[in-house]
Amino acid sequence: MGVISDPASVSGSSLPLPLPNGRGEGEATAAVLRAVEGELTDKGFVLASVDKLVNWARTGSLWPMTFGLACCAVEMIHCACSRYDMDRFGIVFRPSPRQSDVILVAGTLTNKMAPAFRKVYDQMAEPRYVISMGSCANGGGYYHYSYSVVRGCDRVVPVDIYIPGCPPTAEALLYGILQLQKKINRTGTLRR
Amino acid sequence: MDLALQELGDYIAGQLSREIVDHGITNDELVMTAHRDAVIRVLTFLRDDANCQFRMLMDVCGVDYPDREYRFEVVYNLLSMTHNNRIRIKVSADEETPVPSVTGVFSSANWWEREAWDLFGIYFSGHPDLRRIMTDYGFEGHPLRKDFPLTGYVEVRYDEDKRRCVYEPVSLNQEFRDFDFLSPWEGTPTRLAGGEKAGDEAKEANKDGAK
Repeated sequence: MGVISDPASVSGSSLPLPLPNGRGEGEATAAVLRAVEGELTDKGFVLASVDKLVNWARTGSLWPMTFGLACCAVEMIHCACSRYDMDRFGIVFRPSPRQSDVILVAGTLTNKMAPAFRKVYDQMAEPRYVISMGSCANGGGYYHYSYSVVRGCDRVVPVDIYIPGCPPTAEALLYGILQLQKKINRTGTLRR
Repeated sequence: MDLALQELGDYIAGQLSREIVDHGITNDELVMTAHRDAVIRVLTFLRDDANCQFRMLMDVCGVDYPDREYRFEVVYNLLSMTHNNRIRIKVSADEETPVPSVTGVFSSANWWEREAWDLFGIYFSGHPDLRRIMTDYGFEGHPLRKDFPLTGYVEVRYDEDKRRCVYEPVSLNQEFRDFDFLSPWEGTPTRLAGGEKAGDEAKEANKDGAK
């Protein structure tokens, strides 16, 4: 992870930091500090590697809150079962919003379900992510003109990843989850 | 099979001459129309009579015919496990006229009658708990009526300021699109207009004319 071997990651101060290999201390420290200073003047901030560690942990154990609403849930089950086996990505379905990091909206979100769905989302701990799976969750899909369907679950919660399809295949869902991992790696920070 | 069904129909109509308005066989299925007020008597007879024994109520549903004087029809589908027979009973109703609830005869009718009430607004008198079953809490209107607009009247979104889901009048940003050039309910023609076989009919007509 490079957390230990990167001593300058914590602060930009001029403290003489020891290097693990113990040779050329003064010279190497000066080089690191120069690099940090350069980052600070160039971008105005320093990216600390602890973010990388946190992101690694987050992407490696994305626990989804199952929210199967319709036929998409079946594809979600396929994705979780032995053929595609989401467990190997550290993805373990949780029945409780309080233990999960991402909510998988799989299916048609109806007006009657919307307040309950929002309540489940509100119960999730930060940082939380939303994957909208299938046409219905993305924009109402087949039921776009219906009197009882929310035209896209992004009217109720902020969505991170949209997976198209009716229903999307298990591969597509897996790809969407991998994309979410990429997104977390790219944007995730300790700070909220 | 048809003959047996016909006999059964005649038998029931004979036994319930005052309750049954009309009976016949459509698509190999026995269909009977009953008086609205006699529906409990009819279903009780069909359940208990030794020749019928329609012990299972498979389904209760509503139909909307806007042109009729009594616009709704309530349809009861029954199954006799003993005789391996099915029968369909129809009664008519409208917005004001109540249909007697058959929950006393078949307890399974409870939720179906609630469904028919919810979606069509057919009123069932004597029902123990006639409230909506499927549509949203506080929903207004009966969505399966022909005069109910497809998109309804309200839509839901989450309001960040109020921190709850709010209902707003429907606003469709996208034009309503209709890709149905031919109604599927009027029978799918083998040759679609504009299809590759579209001209064939005319050619064949010409050929026939030449002969």
